[in-house]
Amino acid sequence: MTGGHTKNIQHPDALDHLTSEHSVIVCCGSGGVGKTTTSAAIALAGAMSGRRTCVVTVDPARRLATALGIEQLTNTPVPISSETLELPQGGELWAMMLDPKATFDSLIDRYAPSKQQAERILENRIYKELTSALSGTQEYMAMEKLYELVEEGRYDLVVVDTPPTRNAIDFLEAPSRLVHFLEHRLFRMLLAPTRVYLKAVSIATQAFLRTISKVAGAEIVDDAVAFFQAFEGMEEGFRTRAEKMSALVRETSTGFVLVTSPRQDAVAEADWFAKRLHQMGIEAKALVVNRTHPMFVQGEELLQSLAATHLADAPTLPDGEAGAGSAEGYLESLLSLIPPPVHTENTAIVTDPDTIFELFLANLLRYQLIALTEQHTYSDLAAHLATAHQQDPDIAAGSTTPAQRPFAVINVPLMTEDVHDLEGLEAMARALAT
Amino acid sequence: MDLVTFFRQSKVLIVAGKGGVGKSTVSATMALASARAGLSALIVDLEGKTAIRTAFGLEGSLDYEEVLLHSSEAGAARARRITPDDALLEYLADHGLKRVSKRLVSSGALEVVATAIPGIRDILVLGKIKQLERREIADVIIVDAPATGHAMTFLTSASGLLEAARSGPVRTQAQEVVEFLSDPSRCRVILVTLPEEMPVAESIETAYQLEDRAGVTLGPVVVNGCLEPLPPAVTLSESNRKSLLDSLHGPFNFTGSETIKIIPSADLLEGMAQAAAFHDHRRIQQIEQRQRLAEELPLPQLHLPYLFRPSSGLNELHALAESLSRGIAGMPDPAGKADDASNMSDMSGVPGRKATEL
Repeated sequence: MTGGHTKNIQHPDALDHLTSEHSVIVCCGSGGVGKTTTSAAIALAGAMSGRRTCVVTVDPARRLATALGIEQLTNTPVPISSETLELPQGGELWAMMLDPKATFDSLIDRYAPSKQQAERILENRIYKELTSALSGTQEYMAMEKLYELVEEGRYDLVVVDTPPTRNAIDFLEAPSRLVHFLEHRLFRMLLAPTRVYLKAVSIATQAFLRTISKVAGAEIVDDAVAFFQAFEGMEEGFRTRAEKMSALVRETSTGFVLVTSPRQDAVAEADWFAKRLHQMGIEAKALVVNRTHPMFVQGEELLQSLAATHLADAPTLPDGEAGAGSAEGYLESLLSLIPPPVHTENTAIVTDPDTIFELFLANLLRYQLIALTEQHTYSDLAAHLATAHQQDPDIAAGSTTPAQRPFAVINVPLMTEDVHDLEGLEAMARALAT
Repeated sequence: MDLVTFFRQSKVLIVAGKGGVGKSTVSATMALASARAGLSALIVDLEGKTAIRTAFGLEGSLDYEEVLLHSSEAGAARARRITPDDALLEYLADHGLKRVSKRLVSSGALEVVATAIPGIRDILVLGKIKQLERREIADVIIVDAPATGHAMTFLTSASGLLEAARSGPVRTQAQEVVEFLSDPSRCRVILVTLPEEMPVAESIETAYQLEDRAGVTLGPVVVNGCLEPLPPAVTLSESNRKSLLDSLHGPFNFTGSETIKIIPSADLLEGMAQAAAFHDHRRIQQIEQRQRLAEELPLPQLHLPYLFRPSSGLNELHALAESLSRGIAGMPDPAGKADDASNMSDMSGVPGRKATEL
């Protein structure tokens, strides 16, 4: 869209609006882009602005716990504090790590008509494996926990980190998927207590069941039948809850944040997430681009500095008005003129000023080039999201103030230190806010 | 160690690591390095992503049918996709259910059944990989595994299923998969990580869990995105660098050519100093993380350079394959088993823990 040089669509108070005008923030993005860290930093920013905030992570690795400097997170929120962290009046930071199994267990307890039925389900071998077996179960449990926390009403803001997979977005549809699963006709058939019902199902399914029994062993089929029978009568409860969850994510007080790294593959994934959200009638409120390389010299200054001295055989400088793509090309061809440094164990100290200059310059050019390329990589997505945001029906209707905020692109530069503790999170929360 | 020896140690290499560490790039690099060494490599992608083809500078995603990605005089790199659904459909076809399999998929019945048999999808995928290994379809099969959390589930599915199924072909399948995974001459896991705090922490945790729970043998850890050192003249303390920079006024003959002379502006010199300082700072941190990884996980490390490119193509992949090959060449030759094992337990220094030798 914007072929030219990127102007960051950044608003100094973007994060402040995000945390103060929403009660739920959902962070989406592919794995390895710093989603967990971003969620924690946004939550911390919320707490620093005086809100009682809780961050929920669904990452199976104990990364958030590490970042928050505590041993292990539990399935119920724990308060985070440290000597160095000063929060204003009312500001609190709580964190929890989703335990899909424990969450599912409590859900079974809640909806099972009797204690015995709950026990039958909890002890079923298939149920025990369900949280890892049924795709979307983890996502569903994340939604469930989010819903519980919002319903409890103990927090001003709940920030949710989504699972690091492409189907993470399924978590929005996960509750209805489980309902669909429980209502499946095969499931109904298995619920039927007698074999008579088998006659009603297609011959293909019968053959299929027989084969399953043959290849997988009769115990597995028995376990499956027992599992489905144990769920009898619970569908209604699940369906109602699924509908409420679906409504919750579509409320204006729920804001979606896309998180990405400036790498091409991650940005492509973010674009894919944005499109999926759009299909569900949801527009992202902000794009967080994590770990962008710093630009040490402003692009034009660098070019001018080099241009002032370049002579006949140097690569031709792009015209002033030319797109940044050609600036990249120029830097690249300049870089290609510099021979790669020779790495050997005992390289003598280079003393020749020309060579020293070249090596320093090559290093700078590499960083300039990657910073420039990164900007191009995400600026199209940013522009595209900003347009979609403007067309958001919420804004068009002029209904609420929060929705009228401009779309925010928050750029978090690669810091010299990687974020792995509370102090790092604080630095990141400040970086997000400026 | 000789490249061919390295790649012939195990028929299957499972490349695992958390999201964003570059598993697909490393899988592609391994395949290219072995192809360059004259071997035939087959990459198996479990999701049908685009990343593998992209790494070779090609467009589009992988299909169920094998495709040639690169060939040299003696070796070749191919790739194909085996998703759980692919494996399930193939399994059904093998068991005389080909005609109904499509309908079972579209009606959702398959998902219900697959859920009812926990781990069945993973078992079928691993079973298929084992079958390819048995057929010796390539000298080395490189599996681009799912992200860590899922990789753990993926690799432990067989032992889990052994407990649930007490008879039938699925149990036999699970048993064969367990045997396959625990035999280092058939299968090893290559962990990929970045030289950063959290990826390193996660790799250490994953490594021991994979050994304990999945019973696999670990190959070297690939540390991706390592910043290369600035040459000696440039790696200076900050004050030395400043005075050095101050002494640089130019004009400089650019690349030994008399035709390009640069008189650097103050801004340019300042930018050069900052970029060098930033590079050194991050590199020092990376080295600390690599050392920490070496201390807590006594496995050989293979370092791949950071390429300063947000996207890559075949040239970059060749550069990575070159680095990987150099790293492998620098590894010690596989010694006698007994010796290795005792060396390793000495190195780990963590009671009750082990890290397999390569």
